[in-house]
Amino acid sequence: MTFEKILFGNLTLQAIPYHNPIIMGAGGMMGLIALWIAGAITYYKKWGYLWKEWITSIDHKKIGIMYLILAGVMLLRGFSDAIMMRSQQAIAVGSHSGYLPPEHFDQIFTAHGVIMIFFVAMPLMFGLLNMAVPLQIGARDVAFPYLNSLSLWLTFVGAMLVNLSLVVGEFAKTGWLAYPPLSGIAYSPGVGVDYFIWALQISGVGSLLSGINFMVTILKMRCPGMTLMKMPIFTWTALCSMILVALAFPIFTATLAMLFLDRFMGMHFFTAGHGGNAMMYINLIWAWGHPEVYILILPAFGIFSEVVATFSKKKLFGYTSMVYATISITFLSFVVWLHHFFTMGAGADVNAFFGIATMIIAIPTGVKIFNWLFTMYRGRITFSASMLWTIGFISTFAIGGMTGVLMSLPPVDFQLHNSVFLVAHFHNVIIGGVVFGYFAGVTYWFPKLFGFRLDEKWGKRSFWFWLVGFYVAFMPLYALGLMGMTRRLDHYTAGLGWHPLLIVAAVGAAIIGVGILCQLMMVYVSVKNRHAYRDVTGDAWENGRTLEWSIPSPAPFYNFAVTPSVHSLDAFWEMKEEKAVNPNIELQSHYDDIHMPHSTATGFIIAVFSGILGFGLIWHIFWMMGLGLVGIFATVMARTFNANTDYYLKSDEIVRIENERVRSFTSSPLSSLEKEELVLT
Amino acid sequence: MTAISTADHHHHHHDNDGIDVFGFWIYIMTDCILFATLFAAYAVLESGTASGPALKQLISLPYVLGETMFLLASSFTFGLAMLGFYRKSKPLALLWLLVTFIFGFSFVFMEVREFIHLYTDGHSWHVSAALSAFFTLVGTHGTHVSIGLIWMALMIFQIAKYGTSSAINRRLTYLGLFWHFLDIVWIFVFTIVYLMGAI
Repeated sequence: MTFEKILFGNLTLQAIPYHNPIIMGAGGMMGLIALWIAGAITYYKKWGYLWKEWITSIDHKKIGIMYLILAGVMLLRGFSDAIMMRSQQAIAVGSHSGYLPPEHFDQIFTAHGVIMIFFVAMPLMFGLLNMAVPLQIGARDVAFPYLNSLSLWLTFVGAMLVNLSLVVGEFAKTGWLAYPPLSGIAYSPGVGVDYFIWALQISGVGSLLSGINFMVTILKMRCPGMTLMKMPIFTWTALCSMILVALAFPIFTATLAMLFLDRFMGMHFFTAGHGGNAMMYINLIWAWGHPEVYILILPAFGIFSEVVATFSKKKLFGYTSMVYATISITFLSFVVWLHHFFTMGAGADVNAFFGIATMIIAIPTGVKIFNWLFTMYRGRITFSASMLWTIGFISTFAIGGMTGVLMSLPPVDFQLHNSVFLVAHFHNVIIGGVVFGYFAGVTYWFPKLFGFRLDEKWGKRSFWFWLVGFYVAFMPLYALGLMGMTRRLDHYTAGLGWHPLLIVAAVGAAIIGVGILCQLMMVYVSVKNRHAYRDVTGDAWENGRTLEWSIPSPAPFYNFAVTPSVHSLDAFWEMKEEKAVNPNIELQSHYDDIHMPHSTATGFIIAVFSGILGFGLIWHIFWMMGLGLVGIFATVMARTFNANTDYYLKSDEIVRIENERVRSFTSSPLSSLEKEELVLT
Repeated sequence: MTAISTADHHHHHHDNDGIDVFGFWIYIMTDCILFATLFAAYAVLESGTASGPALKQLISLPYVLGETMFLLASSFTFGLAMLGFYRKSKPLALLWLLVTFIFGFSFVFMEVREFIHLYTDGHSWHVSAALSAFFTLVGTHGTHVSIGLIWMALMIFQIAKYGTSSAINRRLTYLGLFWHFLDIVWIFVFTIVYLMGAI
């Protein structure tokens, strides 16, 4: 073994694709932006603030905000991949081969799927849970605040590994689920699949820990009086989603581990020879993958339910049926995974079972759709941006659901399998369901965290561009799928009649791009006008029904100065009806001491060592693996010797903070963000 | 501090412990699913010996039974350590934890010895899917036990240093859950891999 081999493993200078102008351009841009941000932080001397108030923070609200930032940045990257694919397919016809060579195109569609699901949708989901769940159940934090910070940083490290693969080495060329034998070492000898495995393995552990954390939080930390059937509906969907995380992610971890053992240790789980069984991978990955889509959509359903009730000024229609529909979807999501590969040839009986199970899911989902419609029926609807996302969702998701039921028929699926019809279907439900839902949720809860509302005008513009863009981009794909176009094509022959439709699809993607620009504008305009958009009452939408609206905006770091006690569903609505005194808004002369955890860097440090471990495993650098492992163990152990992990916030201090809040609202024109800093420092 | 607020304080910590232990239970359940996945993989691939010998020609049941006894006994002695701990007896808790550690270590030692034997005889994980699944399932359990041993060493040190405090109590409860869980998983490994493999 040479010295270089010991020091760098398989990593050489050839790993940097300096001959590829697109990759080097993108990498250079990322580098410049990172440098610019680092420079700005240094210039304004904010490193200490960043470390003390954010990186080591274990406050669920700040962790939620950091998840949102991560998701926002990764959305831009995932969307760039989408634009590149759409433009390649719009020009690579007949004698034109487009501007992307096949091996680059293959990495782009893989990265697009991985980034959008794991580093946009998942962080948005956990961000929203962090923002809203503890506040909805009247808790002061999640059950395990330090674990919560660890989850965030593990997700962050996973995302950074994906970004690193752009300039150091390559990413997988296998599609977002990396089916073997293609993803095995024989057919993918590069590091692409290893980047895929470790980015997802590390962020997957983060997700699993979050799942456990929120399950315990929801089951054990609800305020007095809040029985399960008095729990806000978003919290219910979050609970079901987290149960799915706890049940499904271990399968994911084990499956990726087996794939890695095949590649790294020369094992034969999924290889073509030596008794391996590639179909087992596909079964296992979908035994996780199907619940995963429900992990994403259930919280979105919860958000729509909250939004629709608030902006219709009515209580949610059919709360109980909503809860039971959610629970049935949770259960059914585990018995449909085979519909992703009817063509495997499991036989008519097996296919029929999974086909019927799939169709049954349409029933509880239909119940939900009707509940939302009946909530709106005869309500006084305010067409705010979150409500527009909700209405856009109901119609779009219904179409996506119907094409799903269409494909649940095995004979139909045999025609449509791996075609762009399928691509259109899942974008239809993921954009029309998950993405619209999360955008509605961010708009809805934003004032609770930041103290001011997002600009409605730009929010609505962005909605319309997204909605129109979605239909223009994906309706052609349904037609193309029926015309026989398979997915993941970097080039196709002329004369198939596909070209015009693919140009339309590219235009649609550009329209979505305008929608994203509107969102960036929305953030800019809102921050600029934060004084005007300030939420003074805490009940930002005036018709809030649940506990998060009963406390000031931005929520103080201890959430509830006085732990609420509830008697009904929609506890805050009841409080307003009865004109009861709200002790979280009205100043009290005395408060009970509040038990709070100290900030800790432990989660961040463990995540950094995990990143080192992952990088070592990707490039076969043994000293890095050792360093990463020892670092993780040492940090965990060191934490157990620290007895000073929490403290009590005394009544006097709370009185001071609460007075400060009231004074800042009545006198000085301090911005909410500045105020938050003031409170914390 | 007045008597009332102390009682309050104690009550609070007690409450928190309940939440913490519940969280650890859920973690154990997720680990259980991880093992279930590996068991499923083993069941599918067991026959994929790629014309190599079946497992029953490679293993010695009495040897594995000895291994099993060490692990089962270690669960019992861990229980004794807990009893000692509840009686606030530091020496008893330490003594039985040490015995548990030795039993657990013997189990891992025997397993590693078996693995080395198989490897040097040419029955490594490279050979076939069946052996890949065997080494991964049994090895994952062994890795868990090894992590448990590192943890136990840490606990022995902390009990010696801090005595029988409530934080130590909680961690020992976690370790106990983890250790007994691994025992149960091993019973399934022994039955499904070794006993059924030997038929």
